[in-house]
Amino acid sequence: MQFSAITKGLLIAIPALVLTACGATSDSSAGKSQTTNAEAEQAQTEGMDTQTGTVDTVQVDTLEVAKTPEEIQQEKYDTLRQQQTVYFDYDTASVDGEYMELLQAHADYLTKNPAAKVMIEGHCDERGTPEYNIALGERRAKAIVQYLQSLGVSASQMTTVSYGEEKPIDLSRTDAGFSKNRRAVLVY
Amino acid sequence: MNRIGLVILSIVCLVWTQPTLAKLEIVITEGVNTARPIAIVPFKYNGTATLPLNLAEIVAADLMRSGKFNPIKQEDMPQLPQTDGEVDYSSWVSTGVEAILVGTIEDDTLDRFTVNFELIDVLRGQITGGKVQALKDGRLIETKDHIMFERKVIIATSQFRFYGHRISDIVYEQLTGERGAFLTKVAYITIEYEDLYPYKLVVADYDGANEIELVKSPEPLMSPSWSPDGKKLAYVTFENNRSQVYVQDIYTGKRELVTSYEGINGAPKWSPDGQSLAMVLSKDGNPELYLLQLSNKTLTRLTNHRAIDTEPSWAPDGKSIVFSSERGGNAQLYSVNLATKRVKRLTFDGDMNLGGSITPDGKHLVMVNRTRGNYHIAKTELESGNFQVLTKTRLDESPSVAPNGSMIIYSTMHGSGQVLALVSIDGRFKARLPASKGQVKSPAWSPFLN
Repeated sequence: MQFSAITKGLLIAIPALVLTACGATSDSSAGKSQTTNAEAEQAQTEGMDTQTGTVDTVQVDTLEVAKTPEEIQQEKYDTLRQQQTVYFDYDTASVDGEYMELLQAHADYLTKNPAAKVMIEGHCDERGTPEYNIALGERRAKAIVQYLQSLGVSASQMTTVSYGEEKPIDLSRTDAGFSKNRRAVLVY
Repeated sequence: MNRIGLVILSIVCLVWTQPTLAKLEIVITEGVNTARPIAIVPFKYNGTATLPLNLAEIVAADLMRSGKFNPIKQEDMPQLPQTDGEVDYSSWVSTGVEAILVGTIEDDTLDRFTVNFELIDVLRGQITGGKVQALKDGRLIETKDHIMFERKVIIATSQFRFYGHRISDIVYEQLTGERGAFLTKVAYITIEYEDLYPYKLVVADYDGANEIELVKSPEPLMSPSWSPDGKKLAYVTFENNRSQVYVQDIYTGKRELVTSYEGINGAPKWSPDGQSLAMVLSKDGNPELYLLQLSNKTLTRLTNHRAIDTEPSWAPDGKSIVFSSERGGNAQLYSVNLATKRVKRLTFDGDMNLGGSITPDGKHLVMVNRTRGNYHIAKTELESGNFQVLTKTRLDESPSVAPNGSMIIYSTMHGSGQVLALVSIDGRFKARLPASKGQVKSPAWSPFLN
């Protein structure tokens, strides 16, 4: 199984992400309340300045409250979850390693919101016959379901539908177009 | 218990509309020069009404599209006879035609016309000069054995197109010995993505005339399959965000939901006896073939393999079903015997083979073959195993064989759009049916309708 390799990857990736995320500004709730206080202070200072009529001599800045690793992870998941499409290689239904974190983000949401439901659509490019592609599309949707299940998502939260080659995104019938059409889409 | 036995008389998605929205017109791309020359002489009208259409033109177009005949142009005809007696046989020698169709149209009553026509064997006529005496019951009588067929009918204005195809059927059968398929229809799916209802199930005459949209849906429609009596279509819908198989009476519009299991409900194919549908269901984990008895909705599972099994197609005798399976690695064609459930592999050529069906004479297996990444229509002669790729077009799929086995209609790419195309069973004749707009796919040739 690939899972041990994936877990190792995450163990390395997550701390690295924590470090990079610290440098960026954010609008999480903790960050927001801090900003509000700072703004109020700044307004007071400015008020004093207008009263006295003096030029700014004091500048006030703020520190961000350090986020917990959990908060950072959550932010990352929230961002990742905006992405709902997983792409596949030609004639396969194996989920590429690059989507593991994306699926982890969806799994996180689904396990924390047991009432949430997701429909996973399987799609194919236009090569091969429509009937074969319906079967292949289902296999792709089920590959996503199995992966999410392995991350603790309840089977009852997920349904699948295969559209085969019937709903392409790109109609060009070029290799680039085909690669956009071979996909599974998580629809909430 | 009978959770699929819901009979739904739905008219929600059912729309009857004006014909010819995206009329198909056949463009012949290859193979006319190998066809047999024939003369279809314009039928002389001895009346004053306006005829709805030109009967001889319909017949000539049919025969040309069959791939077997090359009707010569009117300017190449030495004369325009109306009856066999007017034929000057010596003048026809240089044209090389083997047969001449002549006819007349006369007024009958209001909106009704008398049509007379004769199919003349030119070679016989050249030998006998059109008159032969033969002994019958010890007496010399005059025969006209150069006339292969003659008939007089009375038709209404609205029947001209139908009767034109009827004459084509007669000429074709007289000259080839096999039944004509000019009075058949084709069902197919059209897609116009910008429409409110992008997906349409359409039925038209085999030549694209009389196009009628039977179903319009915002979600995909797939896999139309004709009942053997030509009165119903089974097809797949996604209107409820899942696949479901419906059966629809094409004349009454009555629509019945037949399966709506978890997962795939797909690829319905009517049995030759009309009693059951072969189909694909994935309710038990992965796509398998099932047989659905229509009278009582009993299901019989036909395959049991963890690989994909799909695309069932009945052998003409109804005793076995051809299907596509990945059980050997890449998809290949297999057949399952319905009595013994024994599975036999049928194809070995190319990277993969899909969408198999056996021709009505039981002699050939028609399929979509992938070789070096290219998808083409191909056939294998079952007895000898001789394999032949029939098409050169791109992304060919969904081959459907005419009920007389002469032609295959399939979907392919032309320019940037998906269109229907025809190829004769020997691969010599090729034609395209370009749509004026949208994509056209999943053609299904009807059984004989007359």
